[in-house]
Amino acid sequence: MFAQTLEQTERRKAWGFVAPALVWTLAFFVVPFLFMVAMSLWSRQSGQIVRAWNLDNYFAFFEKAALFKGLINSLEITLIVTVLSVLLAYPLAWIIAERVPKRFQRLALILAILPFWTSYVVRSYSWLLVLSKNGVVNQTLMTIGLVSEPLELASNRTATVIGFVHFFVMLLTLTIYANLVQLSPNYRRAAADLGANAFQTFRHVILPLTLPGIMTGAFLTFVLCIGDYVTPQILGGNNELVLPQIIMLQLGRRADFPMAAALSIILMLAVTLAYVLCARWLKIERA
Amino acid sequence: MRNVLISTVSWVYATLIFGFIFLPVAVLVLFSFQDGRLPVPPFNGFSTQWYAAVFADRKLMAALANSFVVALVSSLIACLLGFLAAYALARHKLPGSALQRGLLIAPMTVSYLIIALGLLTVLNTFGIPLSLWTVGVGHVVINLPLCFAIIYSSMGDHHINIERAARDLGASDFKVMVLVTAPMLMPSILAAFFLSVTFSWDEFIIAFLLSRFDVTLPVEIWSLLRSGLNPKTNAIGSLVFLVSVAALLLLEFTLFRKSGKS
Repeated sequence: MFAQTLEQTERRKAWGFVAPALVWTLAFFVVPFLFMVAMSLWSRQSGQIVRAWNLDNYFAFFEKAALFKGLINSLEITLIVTVLSVLLAYPLAWIIAERVPKRFQRLALILAILPFWTSYVVRSYSWLLVLSKNGVVNQTLMTIGLVSEPLELASNRTATVIGFVHFFVMLLTLTIYANLVQLSPNYRRAAADLGANAFQTFRHVILPLTLPGIMTGAFLTFVLCIGDYVTPQILGGNNELVLPQIIMLQLGRRADFPMAAALSIILMLAVTLAYVLCARWLKIERA
Repeated sequence: MRNVLISTVSWVYATLIFGFIFLPVAVLVLFSFQDGRLPVPPFNGFSTQWYAAVFADRKLMAALANSFVVALVSSLIACLLGFLAAYALARHKLPGSALQRGLLIAPMTVSYLIIALGLLTVLNTFGIPLSLWTVGVGHVVINLPLCFAIIYSSMGDHHINIERAARDLGASDFKVMVLVTAPMLMPSILAAFFLSVTFSWDEFIIAFLLSRFDVTLPVEIWSLLRSGLNPKTNAIGSLVFLVSVAALLLLEFTLFRKSGKS
């Protein structure tokens, strides 16, 4: 009897400790999300939000080319960025893990991710300094006489991709390096003993073992890249808008909250789909 | 011979990638000292006029102060809530604890844009005006999962006996938490706190959508960008970079020292 009441008071206390965090998450994350789902089923007509429940916003997304193209642009850019970042980051992570002496590895890694700590908005802006018409690259090319007219390097998809790849190469170097240093050197010795050359060892032993690190990093890249507004807005120009830019347009000029909400949910579904695909693929690899 | 080749290729590759990684930052910092109106080549000479301009800019300084306050207050709240929840879920058997953990971590998997939009929808519906407070609320939402995850994962079972000993000696739950558990977990609490501060300090989209008159630094920098390439933007960008690196070193230093001791 006594023990039970003691347990009950203990449990009540524990609820008291966990409650603030739960209430905060419910009130400012779950409830707003449900509001957004509801909002996406309403519509905006002549400046008023009409609370009539239907899927019109979602149908409009598939019917209006301007909206649908946003998702396609987002997916294309995100895929290019993810693949390029993995391809560029893997060799760097490998060099730091295998070629740099042990005591300098930490330093090399800190250096490799130092520009991470420039302000998010400023990072894209500094690429503008490099790529714009009178920027560093164009001035250099003109000085050495390779081009006579400045090239249009900023305000297009290439600039967006460069800005993104710059950020994600740093991130992926970190995740892949973490994976590489965990591998026991015995794997390589065993492969060599069995007659594998350096390339075969890499292809059949090291690469499959670092696949989890690659996939974690690639998924993170996908999620952060597809949801980003700042980089494409600063570097991408106005020709090929990505989904977050279109969402912000709905909010700004037209104050069309229902449409913005619907597009956000579509964005979220894309991320969920990527997660499902990645998770399944990883599981097959592990078995 | 083969080894030399691999070595050479490695060094060339590493140099190129490091060049790529550092190019924009180097350009940013170099041209923040530009003696002229455009932060692009040619470099006209060394001048600190743009730093003077940054410190003379009332709006930028106000935004800087706002960012500090929002980052500190929201990180404190996130850490406190995260710590309490981690304590309850690691030390007590509560029904549905897996579900609770999942719920607390969930905001981590959702884009900031969507979190901001959700909050904006609610605030609009209830007619709550946007302010630094609403930005702070948003920042706690994104940092709470982080703080909870970091602190929860460091709450090993080996601490339980020390807490039991304290309780046997007559300490209340509150005293155990403040005098025993929190000091033992200080490295991870500090890590969570500093990470939150840097995230909040640098966050743009939530701060942009949920603020109106008083804004944080990234939002103020965003409005500076409308004036195109401007050495003043370089100067404030370089300053932010220095502050962030300093915070990073502080974190590294405190963690390193703590783990070195034990």
